[in-house]
Amino acid sequence: MKVIIMGCGRVGAELALMLEREGHDVTVLDIDPAAFGPLGYLSEEFRGTRRVANGIDQDALRRAGIEQADAFVSATRGDNRNVMACQIAKHVFKVPRVVSRVFDPIREEMYRSLGLRTINPTRIQASLMKEVLQREEEPAPSPG
Amino acid sequence: MYIIVVGGGKVGYYLVRELLETQQEVLLIEENPIRCAEVAQELGDAVVMQGDGCEASTLERGGAGRADLVIAVTGDDEDNLVVSQVAKHRFSVPRAVARVNNPKNELIFRKMGIDTTVSATSVILAQIEQELPVHRLIPLMALKGSDLEIVEVKIPPDAAVVGKPIRDLLLPHQSLIPLIVDADGQPRVPTSDTIIHAGDEVVAVTMRETESALRAALTARSIKHLR
Repeated sequence: MKVIIMGCGRVGAELALMLEREGHDVTVLDIDPAAFGPLGYLSEEFRGTRRVANGIDQDALRRAGIEQADAFVSATRGDNRNVMACQIAKHVFKVPRVVSRVFDPIREEMYRSLGLRTINPTRIQASLMKEVLQREEEPAPSPG
Repeated sequence: MYIIVVGGGKVGYYLVRELLETQQEVLLIEENPIRCAEVAQELGDAVVMQGDGCEASTLERGGAGRADLVIAVTGDDEDNLVVSQVAKHRFSVPRAVARVNNPKNELIFRKMGIDTTVSATSVILAQIEQELPVHRLIPLMALKGSDLEIVEVKIPPDAAVVGKPIRDLLLPHQSLIPLIVDADGQPRVPTSDTIIHAGDEVVAVTMRETESALRAALTARSIKHLR
């Protein structure tokens, strides 16, 4: 599978390495060249393609090979950049699988209802934390 | 009419000032508090609200539910797209107008149903287009597993094809015209009798290697314009 990941932060870098180790053809985009430098998150072991590119520029996406991509993931810090890039990938380039990270639960809900595949870390983390807290709130079973 | 303008830069500021002169009810939403204070000093406190116009809660506070028009004019296309989409889909604002900085982004705005986009870059380009050597052919998408692609060509006013029916066009092999969007933005599926007008955006299917022949066929000047 040819995958393009926009945003080489912690999540983007982690996902890139995971997919690449499973044998996928991975391209990571970031607008900041430093993201690929020694202070960036992407492992030196990553053998895929690193590209300094703006993921909401159709020409840059085309140069990154989006016309041949099977999947597109946006994982930058900006919700708006993420949903715009994914909408371009989905509606202009017809990439079959598109996933966008959206931190704002309200925006996430709206874009999900518009047919975009979204992941909302805010809600996921909050409910996981709540689950852990509630589990530990229960009194320990008394011995015997 | 109640108009919400998002983005208090130069475009937003002058736009609000002009709109106020036409006696409309206008609210400017701007994220930067310092800029807000500057604008409020010029135009009055009631006209400006500080907040992130991409957030549904901000738009709600600004009364987006009763707005007739939301205009997104920040310097970032992604923000303008989201503001317009939130206005339309969450608050059912009847009309959304967005500023597009990168003219290539006009396509995605249009595909996402934003009524009107305004691109200063495109306006300037259109003004000087006659002086540019080539008319642009915009690739819309490549059809997978083939050499075919879908492109868009804007018919220049002096093109030889203006006023001719489609059946008289000499299109390259493997090319056809499934859609024409007229200058008013009205799309129609043409028949062989459909007449080509200046300013039409012609959507064509073509082979990658005949792209330039197609462009020539649609945009070449008519003899009466040649000097």
